[in-house]
Amino acid sequence: MSKSSISEPTRGFKWIAAILVAFYSLVTIMPLLWIVATGFKSSADSIAYPPKITFQPSLEGYVNLFTTQTRQTKEFMAANPPKNWYEEIVHSKGMVIAGPSRFGERFLNSTIIGFGSTFLSVLLGTMAAYAFSRFRVPLKDDLLFFILSTRMMPPIAVAIPIFLMFRAVGLSDTHAGMILLYTAVNLSLSVWLLKGFIDEIPREYEEAALIDGYTRFQAFYKVVLPQAATGIASTAIFCLIFAWNEYAFAVLLTSGTAQTAPPFIPTIIGVAGQDWPAMAAGATIFLLPVMVFTILLRRHLLRGITFGAVRK
Amino acid sequence: MAKIQIKNLRKEFGDFTAVEASSFTIEDGEFFMLLGPSGCGKTTTLRMIAGLELPTSGEVVIDGEDVSQMPASQRDIAFVFQMFALYPHLNVRKNISYPLHSQGMSRVEIERKVADVSATLEIEDLLEKPVSGLSGGDRQRVALGRAIVRNPKCFLMDEPLGALDAEFREHMSDELLRLHNKMKATTVYVTHDQLEAMQMGDKIVVMNHGVIEQFGTPQQIYNTPKTMFVADFIGSPPMNFLNFQAKLKIGTTKIKLGNQTVDVPELYQETSGNTVFGVRPEHVRFTDNTGYRGIVTATEYLGTNQLVTLDTANGEIKARISSSQKATVGETVGLGFESQKITLFDGKSGSALRSALNNDGANNG
Repeated sequence: MSKSSISEPTRGFKWIAAILVAFYSLVTIMPLLWIVATGFKSSADSIAYPPKITFQPSLEGYVNLFTTQTRQTKEFMAANPPKNWYEEIVHSKGMVIAGPSRFGERFLNSTIIGFGSTFLSVLLGTMAAYAFSRFRVPLKDDLLFFILSTRMMPPIAVAIPIFLMFRAVGLSDTHAGMILLYTAVNLSLSVWLLKGFIDEIPREYEEAALIDGYTRFQAFYKVVLPQAATGIASTAIFCLIFAWNEYAFAVLLTSGTAQTAPPFIPTIIGVAGQDWPAMAAGATIFLLPVMVFTILLRRHLLRGITFGAVRK
Repeated sequence: MAKIQIKNLRKEFGDFTAVEASSFTIEDGEFFMLLGPSGCGKTTTLRMIAGLELPTSGEVVIDGEDVSQMPASQRDIAFVFQMFALYPHLNVRKNISYPLHSQGMSRVEIERKVADVSATLEIEDLLEKPVSGLSGGDRQRVALGRAIVRNPKCFLMDEPLGALDAEFREHMSDELLRLHNKMKATTVYVTHDQLEAMQMGDKIVVMNHGVIEQFGTPQQIYNTPKTMFVADFIGSPPMNFLNFQAKLKIGTTKIKLGNQTVDVPELYQETSGNTVFGVRPEHVRFTDNTGYRGIVTATEYLGTNQLVTLDTANGEIKARISSSQKATVGETVGLGFESQKITLFDGKSGSALRSALNNDGANNG
């Protein structure tokens, strides 16, 4: 005989909850699955109507994404048979590979700028948050409010002044410029989030370390940082997601050397018609780093979101 | 081990004065109590001795060396926190050995010291456990282990038993005392529990509102309180206060209380106006040879003795008498006092009037 209790959900309730969660997950993951699937479709399949759920997978999109191609005469094609699988894919369309595309470069730029600015935001954020949390900083509340206020307008509202400033000091289209910009935007979030986390760490831990013969910095490094790992991980994820996905500033401030992947992916449209598989392939690859990063830090993130909700 | 001298120590936080010019000396090997209600400045005083707060003015002298402006890490003291403050990311062994690593001690030496300490505290089987799963008492032992492992000049303890439940507290206080007797280490112990202070302390400083009210042995503080605050704070139930108006000269040995004459220790100081007659509950007797009367309003049975609350012409009074004595609510009884244990206080300032009882000069606050 089953007894129902207030704290323990009933079997039926659990099933309903599970079905709702499954349905919601399906709805949210659908666009993502569609993108991944499109990346493996041939050009024809990608624009077929009605849309194809099942299809012959093809790496055409990925090959197009990573290469630039030109059309050649039949004679040239016959004289230069394909040497490997990707050349074969290109040949079958009556084209030859002219060279690598810029996607690899742009992806690398995204990585440098995304992770670089995340590292800086978290590093500076942790130190500032620690200072705000532990020391008697003059005008502390005003300073914290000022830091928060930098988020009160959309950053893009100051795009034009920033564009002019960057041009004047030679930061346009440089990695350093983009890292600086994303760090500046993320820093307020990082300071506020981390201050919350560090406030929750009892001072006694550091005081114990001070008594045990460690300096203030050693106490911070050896005792506070491990305690704040959860907060640092979740802050890093938020910062990376912003810097990684940022589009508007990237379009405005970068064009060549420092261009990140988000503004680059749509330009594929212009190169060889509307190459949906190539774009979808680009989007898929672009999603991977944040996904991997988040999965690696997932344990911390889940704890981070509920941090402070339960007294330890 | 060390002698600690506190000279005119003062601490202000902005406009708020946490500790006012305090001076006292903690002798080598003493178990020294800083006692007072919360917010009285006792913890701030302890933190200044530790170097966790820097004094606004005054000196902390440990073993003849003025350390007042030195960081905590250079003072060679150990601190036991109320919430233990064990490093949560380290296991028991690492927690205990942590202070040794900062001294750059060799691995073998550390191993040996940790083994010694854990044997003393009987926590050998906990060494590899994470601290998060430990019971309150075990956490306390680990915190003590971390304190004693490096043989500091003195131990500072901030209500170390405060986080334990009542039953266990008794046990841990015995253990602490045993440890103290074994190590003979100078210990400064902060508590708001007067009973704990009386049980464990060699000397007690009673603080209130940042001011030292009295400094002395538990006996001095209990028997000859310097102020009404001390008389009220120490003892459970506290000293009885009966208010009366008087004009007393030096050498007075009898006072008028509610039209009755009562003997008191010979006064060495004159006073007039509002005066307070202070008597401990155990120094109140039921007797028929007196005209001073009270009406019993309540009785509390405590086993061997009982607490009887009475209404008198000068206010409420509690008497601790034998349980075998009869006390019925509503009954009027005669009250006698052990005259040589009476303390008179100035009603305005609250400080004790000098008399044959408290003028031994040994307990200057």
